[in-house]
This record gives sequence, structure tokens and C-alpha cells, in this order.
Amino acid sequence: MEDDAPVIYGLEFQARALTPQAAETDAIRFLVGTQSLKYDNQIHIIDFDDENNIINKSVLLHRAGEIWHISASPADKGVLATCYNKTADSKVLTCAAVWRMPAELEPGGHESPEDAASPAHSLELLCRLDHAARGSTACVAWEPAGDGKRVISLADNLILLWDLQESSSQALLASSASLEGKGQLKFTTGRWSPHHNCTQVATANDTAVRGWDTRTMSQVYCIESAHGQLVRDLDFNPNKQYCLASCGDDCKVKFWDTRKVTEPVRTLEEHSHWVWNVRYNHSHDQLVLTASSDSRVILSNMVSISSEPFGHLVDDDDLSDQEERRPEEKSQEPPQDSVIATYEEHEDSVYAVEWSSADPWLFASLSYDGRLVVNRVPRALKYRILL
Amino acid sequence: MAAAAAGPGQGSGPGGSPEGPEADGPERRRKAHGMLKLYYGLSEGEAAGRPAGPDPLDPTDLNGAHFDPEVYLDKLRRECPLAQLMDSETDMVRQIRALDSDMQTLVYENYNKFISATDTIRKMKNDFRKMEDEMDRLATNMAVITDFSARISATLQDRHERITKLAGVHALLRKLQFLFELPSRLTKCVELGAYGQAVRYQGRARAVLQQYQHLPSFRAIQDDCQVITARLAQELRQRFREGGSGAPEQAECVELLLALGEPAEELCEEFLAHARGRLEEELRTLEAELGPSPPAPDVLEFTDHGGSGFVGGLCQVAAAYQELFAAQGPAGAEKLAAFAQELGRRYFVLVERRLAQEQGGSDNSLLVRALDRFHRRLRAPGALLATAGLAEAATEIVERVARERLGHHLQSLQAAFLGCLTDVRQALAAPRIAGKEGPGLAELLANVASSILSHIKASLASVHLFTAKEVSFSNKPYFRGEFCSQGVREGLIVGFIRSMCQTAQSFCDSPGEKGGATPPALLLLLSRLCLDYETATISYILTLTDEQFLVQDQSPVTPVSTLCAEARETARRLLTHYVKVQGLVISQMLRKSVETRDWLSTLEPRNVRAVMKRVVEDTTAIDVQVGLLYEEGVRKAQSSDSSKRTFSVYSSSRQQGRYAPSYTPSAPMDTNLLSNIQKLFSERIDVFSPVEFNKVSVLTGIIKISLKTLLECVRLRTFGRFGLQQVQVDCHFLQLYLWRFVADEELVHLLLDEVVASAALRCPDPVPMEPSVVEVICERG
Repeated sequence: MEDDAPVIYGLEFQARALTPQAAETDAIRFLVGTQSLKYDNQIHIIDFDDENNIINKSVLLHRAGEIWHISASPADKGVLATCYNKTADSKVLTCAAVWRMPAELEPGGHESPEDAASPAHSLELLCRLDHAARGSTACVAWEPAGDGKRVISLADNLILLWDLQESSSQALLASSASLEGKGQLKFTTGRWSPHHNCTQVATANDTAVRGWDTRTMSQVYCIESAHGQLVRDLDFNPNKQYCLASCGDDCKVKFWDTRKVTEPVRTLEEHSHWVWNVRYNHSHDQLVLTASSDSRVILSNMVSISSEPFGHLVDDDDLSDQEERRPEEKSQEPPQDSVIATYEEHEDSVYAVEWSSADPWLFASLSYDGRLVVNRVPRALKYRILL
Repeated sequence: MAAAAAGPGQGSGPGGSPEGPEADGPERRRKAHGMLKLYYGLSEGEAAGRPAGPDPLDPTDLNGAHFDPEVYLDKLRRECPLAQLMDSETDMVRQIRALDSDMQTLVYENYNKFISATDTIRKMKNDFRKMEDEMDRLATNMAVITDFSARISATLQDRHERITKLAGVHALLRKLQFLFELPSRLTKCVELGAYGQAVRYQGRARAVLQQYQHLPSFRAIQDDCQVITARLAQELRQRFREGGSGAPEQAECVELLLALGEPAEELCEEFLAHARGRLEEELRTLEAELGPSPPAPDVLEFTDHGGSGFVGGLCQVAAAYQELFAAQGPAGAEKLAAFAQELGRRYFVLVERRLAQEQGGSDNSLLVRALDRFHRRLRAPGALLATAGLAEAATEIVERVARERLGHHLQSLQAAFLGCLTDVRQALAAPRIAGKEGPGLAELLANVASSILSHIKASLASVHLFTAKEVSFSNKPYFRGEFCSQGVREGLIVGFIRSMCQTAQSFCDSPGEKGGATPPALLLLLSRLCLDYETATISYILTLTDEQFLVQDQSPVTPVSTLCAEARETARRLLTHYVKVQGLVISQMLRKSVETRDWLSTLEPRNVRAVMKRVVEDTTAIDVQVGLLYEEGVRKAQSSDSSKRTFSVYSSSRQQGRYAPSYTPSAPMDTNLLSNIQKLFSERIDVFSPVEFNKVSVLTGIIKISLKTLLECVRLRTFGRFGLQQVQVDCHFLQLYLWRFVADEELVHLLLDEVVASAALRCPDPVPMEPSVVEVICERG
């Protein structure tokens, strides 16, 4: 079907960082950060016009350095945080900062692309999330349901909770905790749980996954050797408490119940190389996206552990008249966990995949060669879930 | 006589002889014979030599039957000249004369014979007359004798009758005497203990006494007898109760009591009660043997004791019972059956306890022999007591034991397999100390395979004892059908192969993936083992089983192909896991080396880094290891003649082409475009793809994993100029040594090119090293 065809957008630079604009619920908008050592790095604001299947972009300059991680504020559309590399004195430093987009770009899409292409616009620095003693920052995470004032950053073996004040122009270190242990421990990634009033954060270091309580900044649980090798990414099920997905270099995606950390609930082993990213769909958490350096994106249907029950508990006989295919679908047995689709549009390692915050059936994936692909959930599946 | 017969014959044909009487003697005689033959209707075989005469009906033929002299004469007269007529006339005269003389001779001879016959007849007539006289005399004598005999018997008649009567009286008197003497006799018998005799007397007298009891004298005798009989019965019972004298004597007692007319019901109760006592004694002995404290006799002895003691006793009881109480009808038989069933059950419980002790043992032949005895012994009472179902119960026990044995064998096979694995682990761990390679993998594999096979064969052989022809239960349907197919084939063999595969697979799923709890060599060995099973061993073992056990059962069995598929799958998983583990080891090395180095401030490269040498060494070691067990496999043809030099020239020129634009300052698009276009033409590389069963495929898998790791790690770092050059040197070094291991060297080129390209991209100041310098450094070491 034409509508199901992927839309591809190419960036000029290598890119790893991708995020949906979390505060935006109407337009389908993604932010992409580039990695270039030789040129000024950019943040591309990708607007996807669902009606016409067209991508509109705006480019902002990010002169501070190459972007390794990007995250958008859940409250303010114009605010975002990046982790970037600074090369100085033959040393590489990874820093984190909060930025504001120029005001005229905020609504998005009303400017013509040609104008946006002009390198006039630049990000406005709000504040740095750095401290002299801190090491390189791997990741910045916003409090998911909050007012955009609380941010967690992970730097080496430290987990730092910041309070942003005076419209984010000032960052105060509220509390911090450090990971102690043998050798040089380093956080690779972290994720803020949307449940329990946002008091939980999960982090990954090497093969372990740890949960933290942000009120006391103490460790809540720990999944030692969650994966055979490095854990690359985490995600919380947005609709079901205690459910956590992780992925890593052992090519596996594992689903955990954080109350019982000895065994994963499910394990997927579909990729043929490291899995870099795993994302639950915000509305229909049986849909799970994974991105891997085998250049594939896989959409899986994890019915058995989703918050939606098998079939529908609501007796929808009275609604069914308008639908003709209902009976035959009813006769089918409850669907099994399965791979819905494998997307092979990328030709290099895919380091990021994200669901759109506005349209639950749409997602974007980004590969190292700068190719951004916007895809949709297959229509048949969409109807099956909705109806 | 012959002459007499010949006479008339000759008479009819004298004129037939055309030759004269002077003709040669024998010639003539033959002619005469011919005539005779003709007369008697014999075939004229001998005369066939004669020229066929004229028509026999011809009236002119002298010898013909229809000869007419007139016609003949007429013919002669008409046809012949005078001389010839004259000749024939003389001739005829001569013939007539000869015939006449012949006839004369014959008549003469016959006459003599006739005279002598007449003489004989006259003599005979004389003799007969004499004989007739003697016969007459005999007849008169006989009449006299008959007369005398009649008279004698008439005289004796009277006396004979009297004697008969006297004999009758005598018999009666003897009977009466017997009756009168009966009480004393009985007493005497009882005193002497000749109970049998007494009972026989009593039996004989009883009916008579019954009949004549209205006579006072007989009544007295009857009373006496009854008293004595009562005493007799008493004594018999006494003896019966004491019971010490063994089953046969008891049976005798019961028999006598029955003859005395005691109530059978009561007797059979008592009989059974006694028998029970004895049998329970046997059971107690058996139980004592079973007991924990004394050294238990071996199972064969135990079943022997049980068989001779308990089962033998039971047989005797049953036989005696059936003999004695046959009149009891079905009720009696039921009682016996219940009795046997109850005791039998207790016996079985004991036997089963004993057999359970045997489960752990390894000596199957002893067990089978014991079971055989046990089963055989129970077939006898089984025939006697069909309703008690002892034989069926016994068969069930044997079946259960057989099943348990199978389970036991399966367990011991599994244990043996695990033992083999432990041995292999030790062998793999040991040789490092010795400094040498130690026992080669191939040797270890052969050891494991042969040891497992011999274990399987031993198990089969010992299980086979259950179905041996001479064993009494081997023809039971269970042992012919289900035992063979479901038990041995499915349960033991298929079960073992399955569990073997599972055990092997469990090494793949071990949670400690990182720790490498399983030595990779073991994975490799197991994989090869499973593959060997798939190709040959499984079908061999199953054929062996089918042959030995002649599986006739119709129930569905696991086909060889399914098992083979399972084994193959296991082998594949193991090998894939091996690739992953080894790939991981090398990956970790590469990754550490990339992650821990400060690439920005590194010095100008002078050497290949030690890690790369280590990688090549390890890969070579893996190559050797895999080569021990797996075949070479297929490479792409191009590598066969690609020598080192052509390769390196090719690759370095290629490299230059690849990333030349990236260090001449140009639009960033170019790099991307170029690499994208390049990728369009290269195939996608599946890094953790399934491997095939050959060395090249395994090595390719390992190298792919390693290089992909290198690529990803490089992309996460930032390089200085010399950092990039170091990567260049390292990659070239890898290229030099790794191409020979893989199926498609293009793959190594691609991945290494990508590594270098990525490093160039991650370098703010990308100035690559001169390819010639790279080569010099690499060749140096």
C-alpha cells in the first residue's frame, strides 16, 4: 500500500541521536542530532506531514560539538537537552547542556524549507549540566510526566538529579549518587520510569541493570548480568508497572519484571547483531521496536506481556454490526508473540528508533550513515488492535 | 494232450503245405506250427517272413480256409501246361503220403496214453470202496459215545445244585462273621493306627447295617460301630489338627474323614486354615531372609526359596484340595481361589520388596534368571488356580520389573554420558600442563563415541535377556510387543538419544554465557558428536535395536529421520554457540583494546599492536581446533590462487580508492555518497548467521563477529591522526592473516575497509599512512 511505504530522509552527517519532541502532541516531529568532527553539528527538526507523506525539516546549528544523545523536554516544546563531545587539547570530553530552540522555529513547519536551510539559526544555551569534577555524560533523561524541571544525567559512575530553575536557565544539583564497585564503572544509559509518581530511574552499566529511587537516591533493585554482554538500552512499559525492557550486545531483547529480577519474563533473539535500542509504543505497549547494528529495525508484537488483555474483555457484540470481518477474526485463536515486521531500509547500523509522540502508529529510525526512515505499523495489525 | 489238440488242427491244413514231405524237417515243423498258431488265433509274428500269400478268401489257395478243390482243379487244368500238371500231381501225391504217415504216428502215441489212463481209473475205484467201509464204522462209534455222555450228566445234575447252594451260604456266613467281628476289628485297627483299613471296613459295612438295622443283633453291631467310628473320627481330627505330619498325610486324614461322612464344608475350612498356617510360616522365613540385618541371599536364591517353599506348598495344597473337595463344586473352587489370592498377594509383596532391592544392581542376567524362576514356578499353580490370577499377577510383576530395569538403564546411560563429558572436560583442562597438545580432540571424540556406543550395546544386551527364548515370560504379549517397541526402542534408545541432545543443548543455554563455563572445545566436540549421530550412529543403533528385538508392534515409533533432525539441530546449535563463544572471546579482546586506548594522543605507529597478533594467533588456534573435527569446507574459488602479495596490493589500492576523498577536503556529502554507493553493491553481512558444518564456515562466523565488533567499537571513539594510522596498520595486518580462514575473503576486505573508513570519519585530522609504509610495518611483524 502506498501509505505503508516508508519515507526516507537523508542527513549529510553521521548521526546517532534521535528523539521525538515529547511535548508536541499534534505534529509528528522528531529531533535528530548529527555527529561530525570536522563541521558544525546540527540538530534537524523533522516534521512529518502525515497527509501528504512529506517531510519538512528545519536545521539548527549546534556548535558545541558532535551530539551523542538528545532528549526533549516533556513540558516545553522548545527545550531540549543534548550530550555532546568536546575535543580539546587532544582530549575528548562529553558534556551535557539544556538548550532552547529559537522562538520562531517553535511552531514548526510554517517556514519554508529554504529558509530553514540557511545556517542563521542557532540554539540558545540555557544551562550546562556539568560540573568540573564530573566525567563524560552518557545520557540525559527528563522526568516523563513532570513540568520539565527535573532532569537526570548520567556521568561516568555518577547519577545526578538536577533541578532546573528560572525557566531552565539555571541548573541546581539536587542530589546525586554514585556507583561503587571494582574497576571503572560507567553508566551507559538510563531511563526514567513513568510510574510511581516518577520516583524510579533505571540505569545500565556493563551487563547490569539497576533501579534507583530518586527520593533517596539509593539503589532499589539490581539485575546482575541482565545480558551476556553490554546492555545498550532500556525502556519502561508506559502502561504497566514494573515492566522493563532491555537490549544489549548479546543480540537479545529481554523483558523483565522488576519485582522478580532473577529471570527475564521473555527473551527475544531476532537480531543478528547488537541491539542498540528498544522502545515500547506509548499507547499499545505490545508493540515493541528494536534497532540493531545488523541494519534492521524489528517491530514485535508482545501480546502475552502487554497491558492489553488477550482479545477484548468488553463484549463488543453490539458494536460489531458495522464490521464485516469481525466474525472471522473472532474465530482466530489469540495471537501469539511474534515479529510483525522487519524493516530493512537502512544500510548501516541503526542506532536509534523512536515512536512518534503524536501518532502512536508511526515511528522513525536513524542509522549511522544519516538516513532517517519514517515507518508505520502495518495497517492490518493496527485495525486488529483497534477493533 | 497237446498232440490231441494239434491233431484236428493239422487235419485242417495238411494240404496247405505246398512243399513236399521230403522237404527239410525243421522247415516243415515250423510250417505246421504256423498253422497251429493260425488255428489258435495267435499272431503270426514268426511267419511274417513268408511272402504275403494270395488272398485268404481265394478258393484256389491250398492252405486257405475257403479252398475249393473243384475250382483249384479247374484252375490248374485251365492254366497249366501238361508238364506242370504232372509235376503238381506228383508233388501233391507226395504231400498226401507224408500227411498220412504223420497222422498214423499221432494216433499211435495217443492210443498208448489212453490205455494208461484207463488203468489208473480202475485202481482208484478199488481204493474208494475200502474207505467207505471205515466211515460207516466211525459213525456207529460216535453214536455210542453220545449216549454215554448224556447218561453221566443226568446222574450229576442233582449234586451240582447242592454245591451251589452251599457256596452261597458260605459267603453269607463270611459276611455275617465280618459284621460280627467288625467292632473288634475296628477297635484293633484304631489301636494299631491303621485308620485307612478301619475306614474301609466301616465303609463296607455301613450300607448293610443300615439296611438291617431293624434286627436287634445287627442294631447292636451298628451301635458299636458308630461308637468306634466316632472315636476314629475323633482321632483322625486330632491328628489332622496337630498337623505336624505334612501336607500329604493331612490330605490323607481329610480323605478318611470325608469317607467317614464328616461335613465337607467344615473340613475344607479347617484344611485351608491349616494350609494357611504352614504357608504363612514359609512367608515368614522369606521375610526373614529379606530382613535388613542378615546378609540377604542373592535374588536368585531368594526366588528359589520362595518358589520351592511357598509356591510348592501352595501347589500341594491346591492339588490336594481339588482332589479332596472336587465334589464341592464352584463354591469350593472359589474358596480356594480366594485363599490362594490372598496368600499370593502377600508373597508378591515380599518378592517385590526383594526385587526392589535389586534395582540398583547391575547384574541383569541374575535378575532375569530369578524372574524366570519366579514366573515359571507360578505357572503351575496358575494352571491349577486359573481364577486366582496368580500367573497374571506374576507376569505383571515381571513386566513392572522389566520397565523399572529399562528406566534404570536409561539413567545409567545418561550417567555414562555425563561421565564421558566430565572425562573430556578433564582431558581438555589437563594438557596445558604437559605442554603438548595432549590427546587430540579427534581422539577424545572417538573415545566418547565408542564409550557411549559400547554402553548402549551393553544396555541392549542386558535388556535383551528379558526376551531370550528360554525365559518363560518372553512369549508374553508384553515382552513380544510393547517391551520391544515402546520400552526398549522408544524408552531406552530414543529416550537416551533425546536426552543426550538435550544435555548437549543445555550447554548452549547456560546462563553463565559470559563466564564461559563450558570450554569451547567441548562444544565443538559435542557438536561433532551430534553430527556423527545424525549421519550414521542413530540409524545404526536403531537398526541394531530393531534387529535384536524384532519389533513387531504396530504402535507408532519415532522414525529415524525425526531423531536425525533433532540431532542435526543440536549439532547446529552447538556449533553456532561455539562460534558465538569464540567470537565473543576475540571480540572482547578487540573491544578492550579499542576502548582502553587513548586514540587522540597516541604516537606514530611503529608496530602492529600486540592484540592483533594475539587475535591472529587465537584464530589460528581455533582453526587448528576446528580442523581436528570438521572438514575444510568450500571457499570461493578466487582465494585458491590468490597469493599474499597480489592480495595486499589489491587491497591497499582499493583502500586508497575508498577513503582518499575523505582526507582531501571536500564536501562531507562525498564521503557519505561514496560509502552508500559502495554499500549498494555489497551484500548485507549477516553477522551472527547460522553456520554450516565445516571449518571455513565456522571460522568465517568467528571472524565476522570479531570484525563487526571492531567496527562498532571504532565508531564510538575519536581518533587522532596517528590513531587512525594505527588502525590502518592493524587492519592491514588482520587482512594479511585472516583472509585464509574465511569462505569469502571479500568479506574480510569489506569489514576491514569499513573499519578503516569509520576510523577516518571519527578522526578530525585524517591523514592516512602511505600504503607502502603500512606494508613494511606489517611485514616486519
